[in-house]
Amino acid sequence: MTDTGSGPAGGPAPGAAPGGGQGAAPGAGSGVAPLEVVTRPYARRLVEWARDRERVLCLSADLTGSCEVDDFREAYPDRFLSLGMAEQNLMGVAAGLARAGFLPFVHTFSVFVTRRPYDQVGMSIAYPNLPVRLMGFLPGLTTPGGVTHQAIDDVALMRVLPNMTVLDCGDATDVETVLDVTEEVDGPVFCRVLRGEVPRLFREPMRLDRARVLSRGSDVCVLSSSVCTEEAMRAVAALTARGVGVTHLHVSTLKPFGDPTVREAVASCRAGVVTVENHSVIGGLGSAVAEVMSELGVGRRLKRLGLQDTYAHGGSRAYLLDFYGLSARHVVAAVEDLLGERLGIEPESLTQAAPAGPRAAGPTEAPVGGPQAPGSTPEAAGPEPKAEAL
Amino acid sequence: MAAGVRRRVLLHTVRHNGGYLTQACCAAEILATLYTRVMDLGPSEGPRIPPAFPGVPGKAGRRGLSGAAYNGGPDPHRDRFVLSPAHYALVLYATLVEVGRMDAEGLELFNRDGSTVEMIGAEHSPGMEVTSGSLGQALSVAVGLALGRRRTGARGRVWVLLSDGELQEGQTWEALLVAAHYRLDNLGVYLDANGFQCDGPVEAVLGVEPIAEKVRAFGWRVHEVHGHDVEALAAPAAEPPDGRPLMVVARTRPWQGIPSLRDRAPRFHYVRFRPGEAERALADLGMTLEEVAP
Repeated sequence: MTDTGSGPAGGPAPGAAPGGGQGAAPGAGSGVAPLEVVTRPYARRLVEWARDRERVLCLSADLTGSCEVDDFREAYPDRFLSLGMAEQNLMGVAAGLARAGFLPFVHTFSVFVTRRPYDQVGMSIAYPNLPVRLMGFLPGLTTPGGVTHQAIDDVALMRVLPNMTVLDCGDATDVETVLDVTEEVDGPVFCRVLRGEVPRLFREPMRLDRARVLSRGSDVCVLSSSVCTEEAMRAVAALTARGVGVTHLHVSTLKPFGDPTVREAVASCRAGVVTVENHSVIGGLGSAVAEVMSELGVGRRLKRLGLQDTYAHGGSRAYLLDFYGLSARHVVAAVEDLLGERLGIEPESLTQAAPAGPRAAGPTEAPVGGPQAPGSTPEAAGPEPKAEAL
Repeated sequence: MAAGVRRRVLLHTVRHNGGYLTQACCAAEILATLYTRVMDLGPSEGPRIPPAFPGVPGKAGRRGLSGAAYNGGPDPHRDRFVLSPAHYALVLYATLVEVGRMDAEGLELFNRDGSTVEMIGAEHSPGMEVTSGSLGQALSVAVGLALGRRRTGARGRVWVLLSDGELQEGQTWEALLVAAHYRLDNLGVYLDANGFQCDGPVEAVLGVEPIAEKVRAFGWRVHEVHGHDVEALAAPAAEPPDGRPLMVVARTRPWQGIPSLRDRAPRFHYVRFRPGEAERALADLGMTLEEVAP
């Protein structure tokens, strides 16, 4: 992890372009700036990606703008199907279209993909192993819309369905490259998508069932997913600066969960494992890691950060992540607990905006500093207006 | 042919002391009409004797075994059939035997462990294309199928057998809305309006009438017919498509053809004979218990 000391770079390469290592590595210091902040990465990428894929259909359930498929509707009106506020039927229609040879992409909020039509997803889509893509927006606490809009159990619900593949985007590159990942799966895929202003943390494309290795160290292992990875990166940077060896993995495939890198990482750390997820600690990343550790006989402690078997309420992302214990300072506290020592990391250092000057974001790439500095993302660039969230 | 379906299902019910017999009484003419007068199906591509259960989709191949093979190959210009109330499976199997798409020996595999000829069929079961045992879901799949087939220029139609109890599921009305919105006149539904469901009369459990008026108000072309009259059942399907999806509300009776069953009212959903009932039901069809004993 070399501090390159180079100045702010020009336009970063697109997510699918080669460059750098597998993901960005945090530099020394307490802050980690995203490479850039990308506006509506899904909207743009889906239009590009579907251009020459005639079998791709876009299904919407009255949340077209909210799920960033309005551009698709403009570009390919004939391949856009409005199915109204009727999610149970939506899933059946998607299944029928898949049976007719199409590749339906279903778009709505993750709560309405998973809870409301659960039996339909299970029986009409998952059981027949149909290639339907369920694109779930507003994962976890990424909405101010409150409990009805916060998908805190979607990963758990989808993981338990046989045949279902579960993907969870953590940055703009994940969002831009997840469509290619779905092509590897000849069956149903559930995907948590980030919308709006999305930081780019990584350069390399997402890979199916392969975690991104963000740092290597032998004291503790941190596994993070979704927007919690950005939080965890800030925590790991501070921990590393205090001399703690941290192996940090960003996990974007929650099922299947067979990545040898994950197995090796949880088995080789000295003091224990921390998971941090934008989801209930039951049934998501923390549970999946616990299952792996148990099966491997890894006799180390596991601390699972996430919603502790509770519903949440409406508020800003920064507030919610902090209130429910998913922010960088909670990752630091969990690691301190595993190590049995306090490291003297000031909580403010984990949330303050990093200086806009030269900083290291990775071996080959300098961040775009400035207004998209860490910690400011939720306020400066993140939350959508409440009205739109509904 | 409808009488043959009833006879086969009755014999099965007697021999196994239980079965979805009244569904055969209700739907025998509907299925016979669909298979002989309405649907344009290619020759069966299913084995004469249904194979053993090979595993579920995703485990036994990507999509698994499809019972749709009994309804012909996937010819875009021929029709497809979707059975929505999956507990009508025995009636469908008996119909497949009657129309020569399955051997009578196949029916003997019904409800045997390891068989695909299951009591509540799934998409590996003969004649079934959709796993529809969770009621109210298959119409939506048929809507998607009809929508997709129209996009590909397929001329074949999609036919659904639906039951009246399924009108209590909200999803059914969602599907009705969408089919009309997209003007799916390549979709046709035969509704077995027998007026009974698991708990008893539909109108006592949760009323759904007037069915025809409601579905018509949703933008469908609706015909209400005598459900045991083959000519009346077949006529609506012969009308040229007019932009609206078609529903034939077939008024049927759970004791049609086996009048002694009427004494069981209002419990028609699953027939397990009480002493003397089997003899009377067999007598309705001119048979005796001694004749049919296994």
